Amino acid sequence: MEWILSVIPVLDATLRLATPLILCAMAGLVSERSGIIDIGLEGKMLAAAFTAAALATLTGNPWAGLAAAMGVGLMLSLIHGFACITHKGEQIISGVAINILASGLTVVVGIALFVQGGQTPILGREERFGPITLPGAETLGGVPLLGPIYADLISGHTVPVYMALAVVPLIWWMLYRTTFGLRLRAVGEMPAAVDSAGVSVVWLRYRGVMIAGLLCGIAGTYLSTAHGAGFVREMSAGKGFIALAAMIFGKWRPWPVLFACLLFGFLEAGAARLQGVELPLVGEAPVELILVLPYVATVILLAGFFGRAIPPRALGTPYTKER
Amino acid sequence: MNPLPRWAELGLIPLMNLTLAFLVSGLVVWLIGEDPLRALSVMLQGAFVFDGGLGYTLYYTTNFIFTGLAVSIAFQAMLFNIGGEGQAYLGGLGAVLVCLALDAVLPGIVVIPLAIIAAAAFGAAWASIPGYLQAYRGSHVVITTIMFNFIAAGLMVSLLAGPLQRAGQSSPQTREIGEAGQLPFLHDIWRGLGFEATTTPLNLAFPLALLACLGVWLLIWRTRWGYALRALGHSELAAEYAGIPVRRMIVMAMMISGALAGCMAVNEILGAQHKMVLNFTSGYGFTGIAVALMGRNHPVGIILASLLFGALYQGGAELDFEFKTITREMVLMIQGLIILFSGALALMFVPWLSRRLA
Repeated sequence: MEWILSVIPVLDATLRLATPLILCAMAGLVSERSGIIDIGLEGKMLAAAFTAAALATLTGNPWAGLAAAMGVGLMLSLIHGFACITHKGEQIISGVAINILASGLTVVVGIALFVQGGQTPILGREERFGPITLPGAETLGGVPLLGPIYADLISGHTVPVYMALAVVPLIWWMLYRTTFGLRLRAVGEMPAAVDSAGVSVVWLRYRGVMIAGLLCGIAGTYLSTAHGAGFVREMSAGKGFIALAAMIFGKWRPWPVLFACLLFGFLEAGAARLQGVELPLVGEAPVELILVLPYVATVILLAGFFGRAIPPRALGTPYTKER
Repeated sequence: MNPLPRWAELGLIPLMNLTLAFLVSGLVVWLIGEDPLRALSVMLQGAFVFDGGLGYTLYYTTNFIFTGLAVSIAFQAMLFNIGGEGQAYLGGLGAVLVCLALDAVLPGIVVIPLAIIAAAAFGAAWASIPGYLQAYRGSHVVITTIMFNFIAAGLMVSLLAGPLQRAGQSSPQTREIGEAGQLPFLHDIWRGLGFEATTTPLNLAFPLALLACLGVWLLIWRTRWGYALRALGHSELAAEYAGIPVRRMIVMAMMISGALAGCMAVNEILGAQHKMVLNFTSGYGFTGIAVALMGRNHPVGIILASLLFGALYQGGAELDFEFKTITREMVLMIQGLIILFSGALALMFVPWLSRRLA
């Protein structure tokens, strides 16, 4: 029983580290299921992180930060859509542009607004999303085993964490139980069929990238106003790309993607724990190498050495109506 | 829709896209309360007029030529190599390993060519894996090269903080390489010839980069292999039908691309810094995408685009000195806008323009 209690902090950290991955991976999933490649997750999350922290500082309210961050995520995804859907531009190039644009613009605007070398002022308690204690967490905390799991692992997280956990079933339900979801998936596989059924390919895909933008907005908000206490330059630190890897690793399906995110979050939490620890046989724990495991695993999966990750068929190809 | 005349497609459209990118950048400068025209003039002077400015500009240009060529050669086969960053990183590893091993025992005339070959070989090897996986296992090269960038970064952190770290130091970098592993600076050569010259990091890697442009041009447009590569880029099926070994071509294209990206390390490590520091690639690999886009995947275009980005980088450093609220990140933003307008939105003006010109 003891070991379970000692594992709880690691699982708790896993959930915290997986939250931005889950939100971004779901964003990527919706966009790519509609046929639009999204490697701009990283940039959208970074821009959102800055916006959330800036607005939280200026208004003193994290919810204002969240709303603005989702707005910025939406705006960037509309640029992506304008380039890729309306003008049939290269989706990868547009994503790269958004990433680079975000890492430049956040610092430029940050310096202009706050004159702190691109950071936002450190957020106070009121300006951040604080931990929420779920009902009964304290009274149940004494119950053996389940008590600590409920009180320390399930309770005590911030709003965006619970939003991330709620987003997964919502996305699943949307994709597999609604007409919109059916059409969205169809437009990523065979847009011509959707078009001939009289449904607009363009509008469907726009809605796909817009949902992605909103979710990246929540992910960024989490980074700067819940997990952290303010914006630091480049604070997304490759998480958008790990999320992309998780999305592929989960084969573009909500539940497997959730597990991939939790797995990658667990690796990160484990690596942080192992920092400087001497291990038998290998000596000091190779933390940097543990941190690249998500990427290695994704490459191996993509190579088809275990399982097969088959992307949506129309992914990356702009749709041209026949004339 | 009528096809555009050549001058419009090659001259007018890129110019319009670039202008739009700079207009939006100017708008941002104006919004944060600075004078866009003054910023532009500071950038131009910093890049070309001030003492040593041109040297720095050409030094940055060298990096961009290598990474731009790398992206472009893969693009000829319709492969998106966005792993230039990781390939350049590994190229640096190759170069620095040769130098650390041999700089005390062999003369420069041997060490330097070996180090250049090692840089190219390591870059090629790193790119060959995504190439192989694309050709034979069907995994998308874009995703695998992104992943390989991160794997390279992790690998290098553990090497630079471990076996490669300079003895007795805590910062993650190698020891300084000896003179036998250093490419001569152009200012030294210039002074040797009796001229005056300002000290800049511009070194012999610059003419090497120009040679690489010539080499790529010959390879792509003057050899059978290059023809096969372009055929593959236009239609994989047609290439297959014509008897071109498509899979082997894909791996080879990625390897040459990786080798060129790896050569960026020649400029940085053998030429300018004389040691390997953490993240020495600092985004040059990604900028290569913008360079190749702007340069329309042609060596001449790539030289011009590299010069543009070199001037942006050097001029951006000058902005840092001159303005309180503008830093180098402004350049990153401009770069993002250029990629957006000249890359993703490249075709935005085409319908409008073809109606005008018809």
